[in-house]
Amino acid sequence: MRIAISGLICLLVLVGGLSAQAGHDGHDHDGHDHPVEKDSGAHGEEATYDPVSTIMHHIADANEFHLFGEVSIPLPVILYAPGHGFTTGLSSMFHHGATAVDGYVMNHGRVNRIADASFPEGHVDLEGEGHHFVHESEDGESAYVMAGGKQYMLDKPSTLDGGLMGGGITSFYDFSITKNVLTMMLAALLLFIIFGRVSSAYKKRGDNAPSGLQGFLEPVFVFIRDEVARPMIGEKHYERFLPFIMSIFFFILVCNLLGLIPFFPGSSNVTGNIGVTMVLAFLVFLVTNFSGNKHYWEHTLWMPGVPWWVKLFVLTPVEVLGLVIKPVSLMIRLFANITAGHIIILSLIGLIFVFGNNGASVGGAATGAVVGGLFTAFMNLIELLVAFLQAFIFAMLSASYIGAAVEDHDHHDEDHATDHHHGGAYAEKVAHH
Amino acid sequence: MGALGAGIAALGAGIGVGLIGSKATESIARQPEASGDIRTAMIITAALVEGAALFAIVVGLLANG
Repeated sequence: MRIAISGLICLLVLVGGLSAQAGHDGHDHDGHDHPVEKDSGAHGEEATYDPVSTIMHHIADANEFHLFGEVSIPLPVILYAPGHGFTTGLSSMFHHGATAVDGYVMNHGRVNRIADASFPEGHVDLEGEGHHFVHESEDGESAYVMAGGKQYMLDKPSTLDGGLMGGGITSFYDFSITKNVLTMMLAALLLFIIFGRVSSAYKKRGDNAPSGLQGFLEPVFVFIRDEVARPMIGEKHYERFLPFIMSIFFFILVCNLLGLIPFFPGSSNVTGNIGVTMVLAFLVFLVTNFSGNKHYWEHTLWMPGVPWWVKLFVLTPVEVLGLVIKPVSLMIRLFANITAGHIIILSLIGLIFVFGNNGASVGGAATGAVVGGLFTAFMNLIELLVAFLQAFIFAMLSASYIGAAVEDHDHHDEDHATDHHHGGAYAEKVAHH
Repeated sequence: MGALGAGIAALGAGIGVGLIGSKATESIARQPEASGDIRTAMIITAALVEGAALFAIVVGLLANG
């Protein structure tokens, strides 16, 4: 019952947030209308619903934390442009896009820069109606703002995922505490609190049976140690890499789970941001290659027991490419899985507005709410599985890459045999303690 | 075009994951005591297959963007 009620509340909040957002994002890209005509207020009835831009807006990073309707939490903004210096402040100084500050404007919750050097410094009121101060050009490819009767072109957005989703290289650097950064800090804080309590429980309780939070996390911890780190890295070296594997696993897990919560503390698409997964994969790349032993490099660069021409033309190029492809596949896998999950859920919620013709048809909207709601609940359960699975896969593959780098090749087969035979016995020993 | 590509990629991944699932259940039925190891191998392989499909989906997104 409680689950049903909280599910309903989640759904209502989501629908509320989206309906307020639908007006914001209600512009079409067919390029027939004039820019001003397609920019209508949040409750404008002529606004058409564009599912693609709404979804892209929701999975992207933002410089403010949108709560519902007109309410959003301002976040610190730290911007730097070469030859222009730093601009700092809170994202509320942009007044949801109505004000330009030092040549920066907010577009869809994201800070953009006006490339034109003739644009005045300081706070400038922009011309526009309702909530639309950034206009799109006829072809939908570029955006501009109006100030003092003049048009000023906007630069592309700056973040990396913006570049992937059709943005581009920009003229400024955004070091802001964005929505994703805030969520990552929250995830780190949560992990510090949870594991701080668990470790103090171990100190206090000693060898007694675990209880509470400790009892909840011990099976997960033991699972990662005995099913991921030990068999993949090997008996001899696994303890050295256990903290890294654990940190990666729990950080990804908490970020994934926070992303599934549809309202404030969660809702941001952290592990579905390619910049975040790139850094995680890069860490795995560094750890793997800096801990690689002689055998690893020998097998990578000059595989023994293979004719030299095979090595020179096939094996070595492939292996060297493999050094990079492995972390890149980690990066893409996590990013694409989480982003795909968010896109599916947002599409299902978007059905409400597609069926409801953006407010024109109440019956259609109700049908969309029932169908989309049920499918969203179903997808959320699948995403819960995916959240665990992707954290596990990332940790597992990282461990196997590290394992391949530190493996002792002299007694390769023996090591594996002992791993498998002693795994069960070790777990029993732990259980007895 | 992006949607068509994503559909074809999903087809390939479906065949791949289906094969993995069928072989894994078969081997678990043959040797139930090895089900833990089989499950781990199954999940890793499924993730690799899925990774290939997701590469295609990212390319589809790029093509549409």
